[in-house]
Amino acid sequence: MAKNLVIPIGPQHPSLKEPACFTITLEGEKVVNAVVGTGYNHRGLEKACEARTFIQDLYIIERVCGICSHIHSTTFCQAVEELAGVEITRRAAYIRTIMAELERLHSHLLWLGIAGHEVGFDTLLMYSWRDRELVLDVLAALGGNRVNYGINTIGGVRRDVTPELIEQIRKVADIVEERNKYYIQLALSETTLAARLGGIGKLSHDDAIKFGAVGPVSRAAEVPDDIRVTDPYAAYDEVPVTAITDNHADVFGRTVVRVLEIMESVKMIRFCLDNLPEGDIVTKVPRKIPEGEVLIRTEAPRGEDAHYVRSNGTDKPDRVRVRAASEANWHGMKHMLEGDYLADVPIIIAAIDPCYSCTDRAIILDNHDTGEQSVTDWRSLREYSINWYKVRGIDTSKIKIAYSPLIF
Amino acid sequence: MVALFNILVFPGFIFLGVYALLFEFLDRRIYARLQNRMGPPWFQPLADFLKLIGKEAVIPAEADKKVFPALPIFALAAVTTAFLYVPIWSGNSLLPFSGDLIVVLYLLTIPTLTFFLAGWYSTSVYATVGSMRALTQLFSYEVPLFMALLAPALLADSWSISGISQFYAAHPLYILINIPAFVVAIVSCQGKLERVPFDMPEAETEIVSGTFVEYSGRFYAVFRMAIDAELVVVAAIIAAIFLPFFTANPVVGFILFVVKTIIILFILAVFRSVMARIRIEQMVKFCWKYLVPLAIIQIIVNILLKGVLPL
Repeated sequence: MAKNLVIPIGPQHPSLKEPACFTITLEGEKVVNAVVGTGYNHRGLEKACEARTFIQDLYIIERVCGICSHIHSTTFCQAVEELAGVEITRRAAYIRTIMAELERLHSHLLWLGIAGHEVGFDTLLMYSWRDRELVLDVLAALGGNRVNYGINTIGGVRRDVTPELIEQIRKVADIVEERNKYYIQLALSETTLAARLGGIGKLSHDDAIKFGAVGPVSRAAEVPDDIRVTDPYAAYDEVPVTAITDNHADVFGRTVVRVLEIMESVKMIRFCLDNLPEGDIVTKVPRKIPEGEVLIRTEAPRGEDAHYVRSNGTDKPDRVRVRAASEANWHGMKHMLEGDYLADVPIIIAAIDPCYSCTDRAIILDNHDTGEQSVTDWRSLREYSINWYKVRGIDTSKIKIAYSPLIF
Repeated sequence: MVALFNILVFPGFIFLGVYALLFEFLDRRIYARLQNRMGPPWFQPLADFLKLIGKEAVIPAEADKKVFPALPIFALAAVTTAFLYVPIWSGNSLLPFSGDLIVVLYLLTIPTLTFFLAGWYSTSVYATVGSMRALTQLFSYEVPLFMALLAPALLADSWSISGISQFYAAHPLYILINIPAFVVAIVSCQGKLERVPFDMPEAETEIVSGTFVEYSGRFYAVFRMAIDAELVVVAAIIAAIFLPFFTANPVVGFILFVVKTIIILFILAVFRSVMARIRIEQMVKFCWKYLVPLAIIQIIVNILLKGVLPL
């Protein structure tokens, strides 16, 4: 082929679970250029947080991500507690840790299944999602919901762990550990899987640091970057944590890191259950949070999650900034995709365990010096989108949109 | 009248259609059970087929208006014709003649070519990539598959499927000689049928569904039918050549045919469920590095044995 083929992966594509557009330029089957286009899922969560009280924000923050919802609310709670100068009880910290590790189990099992699906290995998807179901049941028993558990509150947790629940968690931990031994063996020794995952999506040690990769992506490149170890929060200062690293620096390495982390999480859950301290689960926090700003980092299943909260002394935050783990990992994506085959694009994208809607932000910088302000209305946003697509060879100006009189 | 019945009803069009749907059901069911799922009910393939028939069939604005709808019919016709030369209820097929093995193999190449053309004429980028892959794949599995099926023919000294079948039925121990060829045939027919690990031309998660991305409604239904029928025909050929057990009684012979083809299907379904899709360049390497030499060795062995063994 004389001309290079340009293939859009997305915004609607079976391998993407949320909309994003990857414009892939091919030479034969090899990727020579990749453009990562996110931004289809902007939800205005940060702005919404500013209009609500801290307690109300908790419900918004919990919905930043559908999978690592607990870690986001933990981070936000920690930030507010830090501002208010409140220390949560040890029991609450342990329950948060148990939740976080259960969430890691469910997230990593989910990822394993998706990775299998992306390389056409649907049996792995069915198996690992079957086991994930057990973890979800336990999470539902603990928090009340399968996905957005709602167990966190500012100043502690809302639900206590009963002895029966402890037994149930232990049982599930045993089953998951047993099954995961099989997945480890499978990931390390299955020939077609190793052939598909090995050597693709390379992000070396130096590149991982350069692009600021976090979580399993950087740990697979031997960067021992795990907030649970480097900057312990909740009960991680007492729970023995080992940061799993690997030297493959490719998709295979990320798989190895994740399956081994499941084992590590099971151990941590057992430790927490054995050493669960007695006491209250919630500390009273005033409604009005003192003035100040704080940045809190935690380790989500996908990597480092950072929340910035600024308070102006009222019961509403002045600014909330959520930096989800995927946002840090997008930067290396172009580097990872280029030079690999088209067939590897979906699995390389999936290997960072991307979460699109956590990432998408709309930022307009006002001119600080002149104090100039601007208002962007619906019609100008539409014009912007038409121009955006025109540059990329798609004419959307003919599509009729029913303008609501309420908007204008 | 009898010929018409044979072509249209049994063992021709209608029987093949029904058996193909049954095969799709069994394939999906076995696949599902191996994955710890329930799987579809028995009528699901038929329901899918009828639903697709009833749906609107869209021809893309830039596609060729004549070739685009004709391609599925070509695929189905080629597969149905090939089925007439495969023995079903006894050692003889409906219309055996010397050299029908070659004819069947070439008829079975036609569906792959129509997949390529289907992708090419759809003019979608995904379909184009899919059709390039279909063609690349054709060059890698076709040679080992042909050689694996010709090796037993050399030993049997017959170029007709029925002839080969009858030869091995008369000398059942010689089947064991062809085990390497059987393995090669099973692996490379996964490529022919575009199933995991060789389903790159469709590869849902990479290029949506490759060559068929623009096909919808009845055109797609016919394509699906052709793919299912191809599965039956390939399983039947492999069963006839490598598992040539049959009896004089046509009813018992037919039941044996069903059992044999289902055994082949089971092997194919297990393959599909325990493997990941490999890359196209990995497949080309694998086919030419391992399958072709194995098939060549089989052919050499069979030629040598032909001079040695009492036939």
